[in-house]
Amino acid sequence: MSAVGQRPGRATASLRHRLAERGVDPVLLLLLPGLVVAVALFVYPFSYGIGLTVQPTAAMQEQWGGGIFANYVAFFRDPFVFDSVWLTMRLALPAALFNVLASVPVAMVLRHRFRGKRLLTSLLVLPITLGTVLTAQGLLIFAGRQGWINRVLLEFGLIDEPLKLVNNYLGVMFSLVITGFPFAFLLISSYLSGIDPSLEQAAKTLGAGWWQRFRRIVLPLLAPGLATTFVLTFVLAFSVFPSARLVGDAMGETRVMSLMAFRAFGEQNDYAMASTIALMMGAVELLVVVAVLGLRSLLYRGTTGGKG
Amino acid sequence: MATTSLERPLAARPSTWFVWAGMTAFGVFLLGILVAVVVDSFGRQWFDTWLPDGLTTERYAEAWDRFALGEVIGVTVGVAVLVVVISVLVGVPAAYVLARRDFPGKRAVMLLFLLPVLMPPITYGIPLATVMYSFGLGRTLTAVVLVNLVPSVPFVILTMTPFIEQINPAIESAARMCGARTWQVFTRVLAPLLVPGILAAAILVLVRTVGLFELTFLVSGPGSDTLVVAIYRGMTAAGGGEARQLISALSVIYTATMLVMLVVALRFVNPTQLVAQVKETRDD
Repeated sequence: MSAVGQRPGRATASLRHRLAERGVDPVLLLLLPGLVVAVALFVYPFSYGIGLTVQPTAAMQEQWGGGIFANYVAFFRDPFVFDSVWLTMRLALPAALFNVLASVPVAMVLRHRFRGKRLLTSLLVLPITLGTVLTAQGLLIFAGRQGWINRVLLEFGLIDEPLKLVNNYLGVMFSLVITGFPFAFLLISSYLSGIDPSLEQAAKTLGAGWWQRFRRIVLPLLAPGLATTFVLTFVLAFSVFPSARLVGDAMGETRVMSLMAFRAFGEQNDYAMASTIALMMGAVELLVVVAVLGLRSLLYRGTTGGKG
Repeated sequence: MATTSLERPLAARPSTWFVWAGMTAFGVFLLGILVAVVVDSFGRQWFDTWLPDGLTTERYAEAWDRFALGEVIGVTVGVAVLVVVISVLVGVPAAYVLARRDFPGKRAVMLLFLLPVLMPPITYGIPLATVMYSFGLGRTLTAVVLVNLVPSVPFVILTMTPFIEQINPAIESAARMCGARTWQVFTRVLAPLLVPGILAAAILVLVRTVGLFELTFLVSGPGSDTLVVAIYRGMTAAGGGEARQLISALSVIYTATMLVMLVVALRFVNPTQLVAQVKETRDD
């Protein structure tokens, strides 16, 4: 659209002027490289992927029928594939919910000034640099059968048998909390800092207890931030992949959608089915995102963002 | 330990204790994971004892040879630097337009840049990888750099927009009044003012790119694997994977690389700028 104003042969001064008035002028060309990247590397492959989903392999068509929609039929009819939707949700929803809810009190406490706060904040943010693969390796050693956790518990006689903390649902959950919590905490902290402390002080002067202040003042102002944080943490947890394979039970409780998509892509070389699962993954995820954002606007209407 | 500010009562509320207990548990887990990996990487044999049988540094030499680490680290750093440079060059001008201009279709453009951030990487990663393979780019460095640009460019745009909005447009207008062209406004006026923002965005992109697993994994192969992908392949290799200690040594090298990059980067950036909003309200 910006190119219209550029063509030197045709652009008259008045046309250029009128376009500039609507905000279309040569400066918009600065957007061009970004748009080229987005279209070439995101829009085009995405549309190509959608096209692929309706070109099922002959084997798929034979097994599931449904003509060009064989991949979709397979997705919804094959319990081995379809159950992964449920398995992913069972991990991602509680993990995101926990990370957001746990970071609210922590961020509230860390709002106050005290010695060692900086150290504590850095400790909480540190896991961002760890990456899922290292976290997985560490969990396997630390929380494994012979790991220090089980060793300490056995030593104190709290348990008789080593607990099974990894290679199952719990292991992936630990990994999601360790990588997701710092992220949620950082976001919530910055949203909290945007709430004017004098509002709370005013409420305190009027005799409101801490629960009343939290419920009537902080919570409503924080609601949009909570929703955003939940959405972003959910996206992180939903796309769990390496940890589901490494500290999870890849063909059992933690057979998540991304594992299924990768299996079709890398192991079976069925690009059409892989794209179908990937797209369905995006669709399911967007459903949750839309639901959360919708719920937010139902619960609270007012100034969005506690900033200012 | 919790020396609280003056306005708070001396005795901590139960809720505060609860928070401290939770944070302690988190810290113990975190330290446990880190220490366990480091100890394991130096251990000779470690089965059912508190500590390994003996200490050795052989694992590192072994891991270095087995995984051709010199090459892998070179690839990791090279890819990260390329991605950072390209995404800053592409993202900053776009962020400028989005921060300053209002034009028809702006919301659509914003949505286009937001979507990759809001979607699981696998969702667009698989079609993207398929396209890469069909163009014959599979398992090449070019493909690794290209796929990493998809989340990085929007990320730079999102981080930079508030930084640009903070700059008073009057400064630019003054420069233009003095006859500066757009290019000059950019290099002489905006760029120096934006340096902190650009460095902050660059660091975040750097850390993300080095740590990004999914997208790189889909298109990389021998010779274009980054460190995370190499570790993953080591852990999942056929036949039960490599010896655990080797993987631990690799993980330690990964964390060390990440830390060195961060420290080098932080020499140029004040870390508080990354969390500026968090800090300011409490210190005033």
